Amino acid sequence: MPDVLVVGGGPAGMAAALAARRHGAEHVVLLEAGDDVGGQYWRHPPARHVDPDEGRWHHGWQRFLDLRSALRRDPRCEVVTNAHVWSVDRRDGAPPLVHAVIGEVDGQARVPRTFDPAALVLATGAQERTLPFPGWDLPGVFTAGAAQALAKGDRVAVGRRVLVTGSGPFLLPVVSSLVRVGARVVGVVEAAGAARLARGWGAKPWRLAATGGKAAELAGYLRVLAAHRIPYRVGAAVVAAHGDDRVEAVTVARLTPDWSPVPGTQRRVEVDAVCVGHGFVPRAELAISAGCALGEDGAVEVDDRQRTSVPGVFTAGELTGIGGVDLALAEGLVAGAAAAGGEPAPAALRRRAVFREFATRLAAAHAVGPGGRSWADDTTVVCRCEDVTAGALRRAAELTGSKGLRPLKLTTRAGLGLCQGRTCGPAVEDLLTGVLDPGRTAHRPIAVPVRLGELADHNRTGNREDVP
Amino acid sequence: MTRVRIEVDGSPVEGLAGQSIAALLLATGRTSWRRTRTGRPRGVFCGIGTCFDCVVTVNGLRDVRACQRRAADGDLVELQEDDRA
Ligand code: FES
Repeated sequence: MPDVLVVGGGPAGMAAALAARRHGAEHVVLLEAGDDVGGQYWRHPPARHVDPDEGRWHHGWQRFLDLRSALRRDPRCEVVTNAHVWSVDRRDGAPPLVHAVIGEVDGQARVPRTFDPAALVLATGAQERTLPFPGWDLPGVFTAGAAQALAKGDRVAVGRRVLVTGSGPFLLPVVSSLVRVGARVVGVVEAAGAARLARGWGAKPWRLAATGGKAAELAGYLRVLAAHRIPYRVGAAVVAAHGDDRVEAVTVARLTPDWSPVPGTQRRVEVDAVCVGHGFVPRAELAISAGCALGEDGAVEVDDRQRTSVPGVFTAGELTGIGGVDLALAEGLVAGAAAAGGEPAPAALRRRAVFREFATRLAAAHAVGPGGRSWADDTTVVCRCEDVTAGALRRAAELTGSKGLRPLKLTTRAGLGLCQGRTCGPAVEDLLTGVLDPGRTAHRPIAVPVRLGELADHNRTGNREDVP
Repeated sequence: MTRVRIEVDGSPVEGLAGQSIAALLLATGRTSWRRTRTGRPRGVFCGIGTCFDCVVTVNGLRDVRACQRRAADGDLVELQEDDRA
């Protein structure tokens, strides 16, 4: 039985696992769905194929190498890769049981394992948010994260003439990676307006200094933009993508401060790919299944020791709110220490405070404006799996007078497709603001797909190898 | 760097070892390889395994996320269609 089980091998999870060991946990298990730790942030090709200059692709690569080797060196820290956690069973007075299948992604005959931890740290990260607009489901429209993953993990460019659009500082590293894999970036279009950006980034600039590397990192990205003559536009957005079977052009419009397109400012830009990111949403399904209370913004609520509302369950990283790698590492240190019953290092607590403040400012600067809801017209597909349009959703909500998510899903089929609402969920919640009772589309008892055979196998063996 | 070779609907496709099946498909110039129930084309969207736009059949097994599965030498990839509405 692991003392501490950590789910998620990104920066937060790695830090948590190591901190738990340092603070007295006798046995730590770290579960990671990919075939190496590092998460989306330090996403890289498999070890055998890493190029000697891998460090140029990442920020803090040495830090990653140090964390990973510390994990590998520690015999009482078991890192299980290709571990897909598909459900958690709540229990009274103890953290939930955690069920995983271990093996190839979406494979069959993966090996089931169930964990019975004394403390559980969830570090499942976030996924990108994309506001629906006409044509956003055309092939060639990618999330900015997809472009990043394909560049960093696969060394592939998503297109030759690429526009990057959305909101937030994450767009900038995506531009660097695209340039590195040989794409021509024709522009960056940021939705937040100049005044808001100045307020967010500029308020109390001396605080930015406390975040150390951040200012230097930003300067690095700006150098890339300058060197490649990439125009950076603020207060504007891609509000439509055009093409038959793939994207051929996009419409860029100027935005009002609340993100409504300004009539008459539309301009067409020819591209063969567009990368879109309007911030991130926590991947909260396991936390929800475990019974953790969420805040308004869909992030898991934690106290000053990263404890959730469920005894014995801790969380760290983007799951508690979007804050970037430094905050994730600091929270991981605190969560790991607390999960092991120890007292977190004061330095970790201090760093957490600094980077939280930084994250709050960024979140305010780049928050999605309510005008973004108007980008989707009635014919715009919102649920990409089942081709449900914004119009169908609005009509169904109106006709049925339904305020609940479940009836809405059953009438329209939104969220019932392959992705189970992972992509359209936030958009549906957002589009029907005021109509729908606040609900969580992320409520999903089966967190990742498991094959029926695997499920049958799980029930037959009642596999509980980790229970003494 | 080592190369891998897979078959996509019967035609050979080559890529670098370690690349995902999605990356191999993209590198051959394909941007979409699936259609939804109403016939809209889909390829990679999220790239991190959450949208399921990219699913393919690998060695006879349906619904494998091409962006998450690394291509292995000799993989037989078939493009799959959703059941039509
Ligand atoms: S592209 Fe989204 S799951 Fe593969």
